[in-house]
Amino acid sequence: MDALINKRIKQVLKGDQSAFSDIVSHYQHSLYQVCYRMLGNRQEAEDIAQEAFVRAYMNLHTFDQKRKFSTWLYRIATNLCIDRLRKKKPDYYLDAEVAGTEGLNMYSQIAADEPLPEAELEKMELQERIQYEISRLPEKYRVVVVLKYIEELSLQEISEVLDMPLGTVKTRLHRGREALRKQLNSL
Amino acid sequence: MNKCPQYIVDYMHEYLDGDIQREQELELKNHLQSCTDCQQHMHELSDSIAFIKSATHISAPPNLEIGVMARLPKPKQHVGIQKWLRRHPFIVAAATFIILMSGSLLTGYNDDQQFSVTKQPNLVVDGQTVIVPEGETVTGDIVVRNGDIRVEGEVDGNITVINGEYMASTSVVTGQVEEIDKAFEWLWYEIKSAFKDLEKMFESDETK
Repeated sequence: MDALINKRIKQVLKGDQSAFSDIVSHYQHSLYQVCYRMLGNRQEAEDIAQEAFVRAYMNLHTFDQKRKFSTWLYRIATNLCIDRLRKKKPDYYLDAEVAGTEGLNMYSQIAADEPLPEAELEKMELQERIQYEISRLPEKYRVVVVLKYIEELSLQEISEVLDMPLGTVKTRLHRGREALRKQLNSL
Repeated sequence: MNKCPQYIVDYMHEYLDGDIQREQELELKNHLQSCTDCQQHMHELSDSIAFIKSATHISAPPNLEIGVMARLPKPKQHVGIQKWLRRHPFIVAAATFIILMSGSLLTGYNDDQQFSVTKQPNLVVDGQTVIVPEGETVTGDIVVRNGDIRVEGEVDGNITVINGEYMASTSVVTGQVEEIDKAFEWLWYEIKSAFKDLEKMFESDETK
């Protein structure tokens, strides 16, 4: 897969813009997921994920092809998410609370007239709660927790994505887990 | 729980990260068996992880890719030209050949801008005009470049005027009269005369 991606990257660098769409379609879900978990809002997640791909396209010549492309993409996306969170600090908690639609896709929203079965409701509530708890984490712990437990990256990869020493990643992950534990216990 | 040392909690996290030393893992397990508070703490941490991990996978909206492609800056024009050139090597080669060929031929045309005339004994040159005087007979061909010719006498041969005018009143020319004004005609004349020269060369070879 990496070989194919590197081939596409070379094509894009030679001026074949259409080769970039393969790159987008391969990474769009994981990148969108990170953005959504970080921001807790679908519109913003879509906007930031798109922006991350556009930035990747513009700076593709700086990418070192000996490295993992996904790591590089994650770095662009997480940096954009953190920037967005810092800019939007005042109303960000409001955003997090209305972000209760995950688990539902476009089709289930169209079919919202039908009453949902009890099990479905419970499932939705759990998902809502998960996103709410993620959103309550301070952003420096949140990004580590999301990369580790949602994206299932290794600690080494997370340290590369966030460009910080492995020790710092571990400390943040430990603190993130403790923060999550306290949040879940307080209810 | 307050009485338990901090390193026990550190061991818990190391255990959860999967990079705990063997001895420390044993120490942690022994401690957890004897301390219900720490056991509780460990459970809560594991539960928190399980809670986060139960998040459903989220897919990107269907139009994300289209959105990205639409937001990309337009590729620069020179890239397109380069791409086109790379895709059509034959056309490029042909065009290069034509440009070089016409270049060399046209430089010859530009170089010949000054007035010149074929030397014949009884021709009179008046400025840019060549005159065949009345009563005189010129034997042989006459080529005039960038000038006019006025024939008042007799010419026993062909007359060629390049970028000029042929003027005759009561003259007698026993050959062809040719006027060449335009670059294309001049080019054609050059090609024709080149072939004529070749023919002459072969003829003279044969006669030898």
